[in-house]
Amino acid sequence: MTKKWPDMTGDRVIDVVERDSVDLSRRRFLSVSAAAGGGLLIGFMAVPSIRDADAAQSVAGEPFTPNAFIRIGSDGQIVLTMPYVEMGQGTYTSIPMLIAEELEVDLKQVQLEAAPPNEKLYANPLLGVQATGNSNAVRGAWQPLRQAGATARTMLVSAAAKRWNVEPASCRAQSGEVLHAPTGRKIKYGDLAADASRMPVPENVALKPRKDFKLIGTPAKRLDTPSKVNGTAVYGIDVRPPGVKIATLAQSPVFGGRVKSVDDTKAKAVKGVHQIVRLDDAVAVVADHMGAAKKGLAALEIEWDDGPLAKLTTDAIVGELEKATLNSGAVAQNIGNVETAMATAVTKVEATYEVPFLAHATMEPMNCTVHVRKDGCEIWVGSQALARAQATAAKTTGLPLDKVVVHNHLIGGGFGRRLEIDGVTRAVQIAMQTEGPVKVVWTREEDIQHDMYRPCFLDRISAGLDDKGMPVAWSNRFAGSSIIARWLPPGFNKGLDPDTTEGAIDLVYALPNLHVEYLRVEPPGIPTAFWRSVGPSHNVFVTESFIDELAVAAKQDPVAYRRALLDKTPRAKAVLDLAAQKAGWGKPLPAGVGRGVSVQFVFATYLAQVAEVEVSKEGAVRVRRVVCAVDCGTVVNPDTVRAQIQSAIIFGITAALHGEITLKGGRIEQSNFHDYQMLRMNEAPAIEVYIMNSAEPPGGMGEAGTSAITPAVTNAIFAATGKRIRKLPVAKQAAVT
Amino acid sequence: MAINIKVNGTAQSVDVDDDTPTLWVLRDVLGMTGTKFGCGRALCGACTIHVDGKPVRSCITPISAVAGKRITTIEAIGGTTAGKKIQQAWIALEVPQCGYCQSGQIMAATALLADNPHPTDSDIDRAMSGNICRCGTYVRIREGIKRAAQGSVNDKKVA
Repeated sequence: MTKKWPDMTGDRVIDVVERDSVDLSRRRFLSVSAAAGGGLLIGFMAVPSIRDADAAQSVAGEPFTPNAFIRIGSDGQIVLTMPYVEMGQGTYTSIPMLIAEELEVDLKQVQLEAAPPNEKLYANPLLGVQATGNSNAVRGAWQPLRQAGATARTMLVSAAAKRWNVEPASCRAQSGEVLHAPTGRKIKYGDLAADASRMPVPENVALKPRKDFKLIGTPAKRLDTPSKVNGTAVYGIDVRPPGVKIATLAQSPVFGGRVKSVDDTKAKAVKGVHQIVRLDDAVAVVADHMGAAKKGLAALEIEWDDGPLAKLTTDAIVGELEKATLNSGAVAQNIGNVETAMATAVTKVEATYEVPFLAHATMEPMNCTVHVRKDGCEIWVGSQALARAQATAAKTTGLPLDKVVVHNHLIGGGFGRRLEIDGVTRAVQIAMQTEGPVKVVWTREEDIQHDMYRPCFLDRISAGLDDKGMPVAWSNRFAGSSIIARWLPPGFNKGLDPDTTEGAIDLVYALPNLHVEYLRVEPPGIPTAFWRSVGPSHNVFVTESFIDELAVAAKQDPVAYRRALLDKTPRAKAVLDLAAQKAGWGKPLPAGVGRGVSVQFVFATYLAQVAEVEVSKEGAVRVRRVVCAVDCGTVVNPDTVRAQIQSAIIFGITAALHGEITLKGGRIEQSNFHDYQMLRMNEAPAIEVYIMNSAEPPGGMGEAGTSAITPAVTNAIFAATGKRIRKLPVAKQAAVT
Repeated sequence: MAINIKVNGTAQSVDVDDDTPTLWVLRDVLGMTGTKFGCGRALCGACTIHVDGKPVRSCITPISAVAGKRITTIEAIGGTTAGKKIQQAWIALEVPQCGYCQSGQIMAATALLADNPHPTDSDIDRAMSGNICRCGTYVRIREGIKRAAQGSVNDKKVA
């Protein structure tokens, strides 16, 4: 593999450098057959990510089951069935680009079909479930989709060559046809598809060299945009099966509490209210419309048995983390000998960091529409984990899996929330007591107070510096919830999981002695879940703040200090240099304004950010400008990369400045956007994104920007005020005293 | 008692309580689901509609308050000059991500543009800060409004 380090940046992202084509044991991941109705059907395995090659190995010995399909019909239609969902990240545009590129067809010619729920067929080999998350759609699809496309193309060419009785080498594919150049003869793919399915499957297919890419790396219009500007896009909350009623609900305000009694006299008198559904730990009002359902809910008199968590507070939960970190945990990574190295250190730096619970607050509140009949169950929902939605409905109703039909819809914000199926379970419970279809819509208050939260964490971190101020020892011990342990138990091994520690280990910096420990401490009764940028959302804040502290202790410039530790990670150094240069690092700023930097390698993407932050005397923080340099390997759809970084930065600033879910008396204290605040237009910074020119395989893009922004902002606050933020959110802490 | 309203030029009669928020009449009674529910407390702007051309949060606006007035929703906003330009700019700049809040964003932006054909950054801040976008498309929304304003947007409605 040849590799050239970026000498240019900005809009052009396609390099002319050739990469050896990597054959990921193609035969293991590909099957060819005739499609129903005569055509070519290629099944293949969309591996979750290049980085997860280990996981791919684990399926090597097992019979191959494809989880994605390309079908070329005799009518010329090209249909891609794939197990990913669209939730704003542009996957429904990026993924078809990969197939269209190798098949030599226009992007418009590829129709996309979302896979129906089928855990066995569409399970992501890494996760073992059918899910879209962890920024792995394009990462995982990169190699297999192109290989599948190239295989189809090769077989179509062979079929044409056979028909013309010429050498395949004298033919080529272009614009949905095979062309015999010497004679100018052409045959459309549709007319070749049936023949192609009977051709021998090629042992090796040549992937297009990068210089011939027509689609990959060129901004493509997102296919879902027009319907999103005129109100016709259908999200889960918009479905209206005939006769549907609307329900809303109140769940026990304390996690683990129960309904003690309900007086529904007044609620039943509300015009449009049909039924009150009582569950063990929730009450729902079923009505003609949401207005009546909400009015009915407000009229209910519910007495709750709060249960054992009635006195739970955030302080108590954090106290448990503090206590836990006094003891050693599972060793996530050890390099060298920290103890010995620490003894030689000239300077020692120690700190404790803390991050809070966070809610997802997707703009589309949780909802799910269900119709339970005696012999079956139908579900309409926007889900990141379809097969799980189907499974919980089967389990809750007692129906066989194949009697549960799930219709997936556009997702009005996922961010990890819709990897969970608690809302589906709840809706099915309600629908089991209701005649006809019922759409269960959560109020914003329920959505915030019965979320499954990004866990809180506490880190004790220390480092020893030599006489030049460079780190000789780095030690980090942190405690908090493991989401993987609940969500995917086999992923949690020997006290560790790959998500909770990502960003705390395998750092970009050359640290000769490093020791990182993790302690799994679950908050009692409080459900935790993946949240955009997951493990790194916490770890990168800690790591990149602490490296900044070391630079300060060493009396060195934060960029220069980091740079000196990046010789072995040239891609990290390159993004740092670029971000610093574009941000005007080192140029004077007015009083009260500072720049902060962060560098990271997570989700297989290198990313550096410089935030420019203004802090008023009263401590009001405004992020004025963010410069981001990213090396996410080969870029499939550059506009989507830019959009995802802009989005991730706003998402991260929102949490850094405002985000905090707290508990008092076992109840979540926040309830809506007045006390769980979102960044708004007047607070949004200017954002500049610079994309590195890279020939490496694609990295994840949906989340990386979120974890990087938090320390860039807090480091900038330090630069502006001298105040080090070690506990999030920033709110109220930045005042200059 | 039936309440008479006019939505996107069509007269409608709905039998709901007077205090029913207009949002639910549109979405659940009339089946016009383009207008979105976000917070129920006028905190996020997802439910923005136009009443006599002015942006209004339909989630807190009782249906009785809009009886006899001219309601315009996202489904018909493309029929106005400013709305059309905003939609075109949104497509050109690929503004939406998940897209859920964009109905409200477009309604707010259209009202701004119809009222003020050349809004400054602070005009945009004022008009748009009531609309939350969780995907953080603010950078592109701002650009989109400016792009739409570049064309000579006539503030007269065509529909």
